[in-house]
Formats: sequence, C-alpha cells, structure tokens
Amino acid sequence: MADPKIAFRNVSKVFGTGADAFTAIRDLTLEIADGEIVTVVGPSGCGKSTAMNMVAGLIPHSSGEVLVDGRPVSGPGPDRGVIFQQYALFPWLTVRENVEFGLKLQGLGRQERRKRAMHYLGLVGLQDFAESYPKTLSGGMKQRCAIARAYAVNPSVLLMDEPFGALDALTRVTLQNQLLDTWSKDRRTVMFITHDVDEAVFIASRVVVLAARPGRLQEIIEVDLPYPRDEEVRLSPEFMEIRNRVWRAVYRRDAQAA
Amino acid sequence: MSLISDVETAEPKRRWRWDPGNVAWGVLSFAGGIGLWWLATVAGFSELPSPWTVLTRMIELGIDGQLWGDMYASLRRVLIGFALGAVLAVPVGFLMGWYRIARVIIDPWIQFFRVIPPLAIIPLAIVTLGIDEKPKTFVIFLAAFLSAVVSTYQGVVSVDKTYINAARVLGASDGTIFARVVIPASTPFILVGFRIGLGSAWATVVAAELIAAQSGLGFRMQQAQLYYDLPTIFVSLVAIGILGLLMDRIVVRTEERMTHWQERV
Ligand SMILES: Nc1ncnc2c1ncn2[C@@H]1O[C@H](COP(=O)(O)OP(=O)(O)OP(=O)(O)O)[C@@H](O)[C@H]1O
Ligand SMILES: [Mg+2]
Repeated sequence: MADPKIAFRNVSKVFGTGADAFTAIRDLTLEIADGEIVTVVGPSGCGKSTAMNMVAGLIPHSSGEVLVDGRPVSGPGPDRGVIFQQYALFPWLTVRENVEFGLKLQGLGRQERRKRAMHYLGLVGLQDFAESYPKTLSGGMKQRCAIARAYAVNPSVLLMDEPFGALDALTRVTLQNQLLDTWSKDRRTVMFITHDVDEAVFIASRVVVLAARPGRLQEIIEVDLPYPRDEEVRLSPEFMEIRNRVWRAVYRRDAQAA
Repeated sequence: MSLISDVETAEPKRRWRWDPGNVAWGVLSFAGGIGLWWLATVAGFSELPSPWTVLTRMIELGIDGQLWGDMYASLRRVLIGFALGAVLAVPVGFLMGWYRIARVIIDPWIQFFRVIPPLAIIPLAIVTLGIDEKPKTFVIFLAAFLSAVVSTYQGVVSVDKTYINAARVLGASDGTIFARVVIPASTPFILVGFRIGLGSAWATVVAAELIAAQSGLGFRMQQAQLYYDLPTIFVSLVAIGILGLLMDRIVVRTEERMTHWQERV
C-alpha cells in the first residue's frame, strides 16, 4: 500500500510534569491515506483536538512519531490548513484581507493575491462580502470565510476541528455538502473532528472513534457508502446501520449496560 | 476624567455614543447645575462668585491674553510629557507582554512606582532636575508612562491564542505574528491606555503647577489663592475641565476610528 499521508505511530501526549502530569493520548497508532477523508469522534476530553494539533504542528508530542508525507512534524506549515471551531478570523482585517493573509506570507503580488482571494471567496459564496469586516458576518459566513482562507494557500491536508459545531443544523448540512463537493474535485486529505455522529458518518470514508481517560484508539469504522453522497444517503438503512455502530462505539459503556 | 486607579479595570468597553438625545440631557444637566450655583450665590449661602462674575473674569483674562498663555503653558507640558510617556510605554509594554523575562524584570518596578503618587516625586525631581520645565515634564511623563504601559502589556498578554495559531498555520514567523497579529489585536487596549495616561498626565500637571511653576493654570490658581481672587480660581478650574474633556473626546474619537472593526456588544 502507498505511504500514508498522515501517520501516528505509538504516539503519546503528556501535559505537565511530575504530579501534575496528565496523559491526554496514549499509544495512538493511526494512518490516513492520501486523499482520504477521515472523521474523528469520541467523548469530550478524549484528545481529539490534541491529536489534530500535533499534526498541525501547534503542540509537540511526548513520544512516538507523527508523520506527514513520511516526514516528522516539527512545526506548523502552510501544507496543512487548519480550520478552527472558533473561526479565528482576524477581526481587524476585511474578509478579503483575511483570505489574503496566507498568500501575502507566500510573497504573492497584490494583483495575484486579490485574484486568488476572490476566487476562493467565490467558491464559498462570499464574493459580495469581500470588503466587510468579520463582525458583520453570521456564524456560517465566518466559517466559510475561514474555509476560504485555509483553501487559498492550497494545503494538501485539511485539519478541521469541529468546524461546524457552532452552526445551526441547516447551515451545517449545507457546509457538509459543500465540503464533500470540493473534496470530490480536489481529493485533499481531510481529518475532520466532530461531536456529531451523523456528520461523522456522512462525510467520512472511515470514522475513527477515540476513547477517553486516557485518550486512545477505540475502533475504526469503515463507511461503505459510495461518493458522491446526497441527502438521500442520510435516510438510507445502510447509513442508519453504520451510524448506530459508531454511536455504540462512542457510548460503549452505555451499550454494554443495556 | 479617568484617573490612575482605573488601570486595573481598564479594557476596551462599549462607549457612550454621541447621539442628540444624550447631548440634550448633558446640556440640560449643565444648565441646571449652573442655575443652582447662581441661586446659591444670589441667596447668599456662600461667598462663591456668581456664574456671571466668573464669566466676566474669563472674558477679561481672555482679552488680556493671560488665560491663553496659562492654557498654552499647561497644555504644552501635558502634551510633551504624555507624548514621551506613550512613546516609551508602547515598546516597553510589548516587551513585557511578549518576553516573560522582560516581564519579571520590569514588572516589580512598575508596580512599585505606580503606588507612589506622581506628585510625591516632585521634590526629588526639583532637587535633581532643577526648577525649570524638566521636573514637571518628567513627572507628567512618569504618570502617563505608568498608566499606558500597564494597559499595553495587558493588551499583549490577552491576545487570543487562536489568532496566533491561525497565523502560524498559515505560515507566519514570530516576527510576522508580532507585527500583523499582536499589534493590531492589542491596539484597543493601547488606546485605552493612552486615554488613561492622558487623564493622569492632566491631573498631574495641574498639581505640579500648584507646587512649583511660574506659569500655567495651576500656577494661576495658586497665585489667585494668595490674593483671595475667587473668580480667577473658578476660571482656571473651568479651563482645566474644558481642556481635559476636549482631550479625552479626541482620544475617544481616534480610538473609535482605529478600532471600528471591533465587535461592540
Ligand atoms: N494545554 C493543556 N494542558 C493540560 N491539559 C490539557 C491541555 N490541553 C488539553 N488538555 C487535556 O487533554 C485532554 C484532551 O483535550 P482535547 O482538547 O484534545 O479534548 P477533545 O477531545 O478535543 O475534547 P472536546 O471534544 O471537548 O473538544 C483533556 O482532558 C484536557 O483537559
Ligand atoms: Mg476539542
């Protein structure tokens, strides 16, 4: 099999030292193939964000190996785009300037930056808001802007930490469809964290379930549903069946008690 | 007008809007206050000069040019002292916010000097710096610097970590993060610091002039006190209030213009 795009090899993460030491992740081994779209679910505090931030290079791991393209991660880089739950748009920049931020760092000229920014804003339907400040946008629009900002630097990996968590159900579904749409065209590798089991199954080719205390791999569930997926998929018995399996894996203890 | 004690709670807040309703109430309230003052003097409750007397004196002093001279002298000291203080406060505040080591070294000094009222420095300043403009400018500089530095520093340490992370994952270096994230994100705090700094500079100049000066509004009041010249004292007080209010409004306006992107709750 081809080399994985992202690999965790026996990765552990301990926060703090001595008596305050806290093991957030223990011995995680996981591979994500190039062009694969994987979702990560698990109870709150099981280390989902921690795992993702290690791939992003925002926090160091304690032991084991975190590899992207076969190379150990040593810090953040524009090859890995991150979309945060809190949008993290720079409020002092306009929507367009936010999208241009990463492009400017790459040394692109003014014209080229503007052209690219407008292209990606077009993709997320925000071209009319290019000169607005983030404070004037709704939550869904902010997140779309954040997505455009991440896409603009053309990363080969997208890391998304509960990106749609704060949005209403309808907006969430729209953005899920948009994500799959874009993904089916460019086949970027996506690692997507969510609390929402339906969302996890709908998007992913595999759902990674983590268990808590300490954070570790619980189960990996294959989602054998063909792409492209439309709204009908959500209502199909196959979807329901996989969804129930994921649900049981996440709430394993409840399932055993029952 | 904000004083040094506001520093602890200083943070960018929603501010009062300049709408016609508010202005009308403000005018009405002032008119009411002056009316009461007038009544009190007419009824002979006190030896205070009436509003009319004060206004007359103000016009006299204005025509004479003395009032303008005093205002100029006080304003000049404030602006020079404040400018020096602010110019130093911003880099020092950034340094403290950005480097832990700078914080632990500088912070005790700032905390120490903050509890000394700037006026208590005057005797020392006069002895060491002479009796000309230097001791006054220095004391005002100190007052403005101490207020503004704390605010700047707080602004830098409270920059949301997610902004920094968002910049890092887009490929920003530390220098870029500082210039393009930390500075804009802390601008609202810095401007609040300037506002507080200007307030304490103004409070300090008047007091400094009462103690040691040959010109300025504070000096004029002190002279008038010797001659029991109440109207002149009042004129000085009113001038101090008006100038202080004007300066404060200018900073608030600048602040609004520079931080229009901020979400105001
Ligand atoms: N900087 C830190 N210092 C100490 N402990 C931390 C730190 N960051 C996270 N933790 C701990 O590590 C554990 C995993 O945190 P993490 O944020 O990865 O959880 P999560 O799975 O993303 O949870 P949620 O679904 O609520 O976002 C938590 O118990 C948390 O308290
Ligand atoms: Mg999380």
